[in-house]
Amino acid sequence: MRVLVLIPGPLRQTTGNQAKLEVDLPESATLGALLDHLAARFPLLDRRLRDEQSGLRRYVNFYVDGEECRRLSGSDTELTPNTEVQILPSVAGG
Amino acid sequence: MHLLAIGTRKGLWLATSEDRRSWSLSGPHHAMSEVYSIAIDNRRERPRLLVGASSSHFGPTVVTSDDLGATWQEPDHAPIAFPEGASLERVWQLALTPDPEVVYAGTQPSALFRSEDGGRTYSLVDGLWKHPHREQWGEGFGGQAIHTVLPDPADPQKLIVAMSTGGVYRTFDGGASWEASNTGIKAYFLPDPYPEFGQCVHKVSRHPSVPERLFLQNHHGVYRSDDAGKTWTSIADGLPSDFGFAMVNHPHKPEVIYNFPLAADSDRFPPEGKCAVYRSPDGGSSWEALRNGLPDGFWTAVMRDAMCTDAASPAGVYFGSRSGEVYGSADEGDSWQRIAEHLPDVVCVRAAEV
Repeated sequence: MRVLVLIPGPLRQTTGNQAKLEVDLPESATLGALLDHLAARFPLLDRRLRDEQSGLRRYVNFYVDGEECRRLSGSDTELTPNTEVQILPSVAGG
Repeated sequence: MHLLAIGTRKGLWLATSEDRRSWSLSGPHHAMSEVYSIAIDNRRERPRLLVGASSSHFGPTVVTSDDLGATWQEPDHAPIAFPEGASLERVWQLALTPDPEVVYAGTQPSALFRSEDGGRTYSLVDGLWKHPHREQWGEGFGGQAIHTVLPDPADPQKLIVAMSTGGVYRTFDGGASWEASNTGIKAYFLPDPYPEFGQCVHKVSRHPSVPERLFLQNHHGVYRSDDAGKTWTSIADGLPSDFGFAMVNHPHKPEVIYNFPLAADSDRFPPEGKCAVYRSPDGGSSWEALRNGLPDGFWTAVMRDAMCTDAASPAGVYFGSRSGEVYGSADEGDSWQRIAEHLPDVVCVRAAEV
């Protein structure tokens, strides 16, 4: 199945300036599997999004069809065909 | 050219000067990333800057520059990563060794990493990470971290680290085994004030020509060791307070040290708000206040890595404050001038001729 990933401006230098990534995944893949797939192509992007134990960085949000993944099942959130995953830095800092 | 690298909570600034009187400032580099650690390796054909930077959004990393900050490099894969069981939060220290390819990193959570490629990528030093004391190492307000790494200037098998809390540890076998080394250092906040480990050591310094003599700023307490850290005795007499964070050696005179006292744990300002560096000419037996050019009404603090010297002659001394001011002295501390102001909280400074 194909899913769409939207990359925020501050991270586009890690994707060759691509703002949108179309990714082919096996059926019933999870958000974690999507990030694993992206990690193989863009390791620098991956470590901006996840720590070395594959934990999602606290102040990066992952909206799965408009719902932040932590209100779903986090990395285990299941994706469906044509899911849109929007990555956005959260509001944080001072 | 003289280079002063200033790490703050929101990026890195680089100050350059030909005469250490007039400075030009560039920055922020790595804007909005906190820069807790800097090393300047000027032994290479092209000096290398190594910087530990952490973004609150995108995590920690180590970046390097071989063109004095014009461009920065970092590997695609994390330069410092725990194999399992922990995640890197912050790089507190980048320590050069006599071998230009070997660099150590002290991290939060408390761990030591070793690089053999000039500070680009690092591996966990297993012996310290698996130390049986580790579960009992505590967390100060700044986080649980190894903030001091002192490679031996002559023997690569010897290394000293210090952490808050936990105290001082030494290895004599290249990091395979470690022993706590805190005899004489007080932990007033524990039921047993002189435990084997658990002290909140803030900084340890030494001069490379006298590696067995160490100077230490504790969470209350200023100490000296003449046996490479085996035992410690107080050198706080003559200081207005035994609290503070910074402890720095003069680059050429092993007996000269610098300290920035704060009134107390519960009063983290210079006494009476008077900005003052204290210098000892005799290894801590006596202290003198250095205030020429430094302000009153200085209601801020100087953090553990926010004071340094350069290797010039006469020696330059520099410090930065939580209020974003940076002061420098081109005459070993006798007189001071402000180099920068209105920066974010300064947490680290390093200076060198490049």
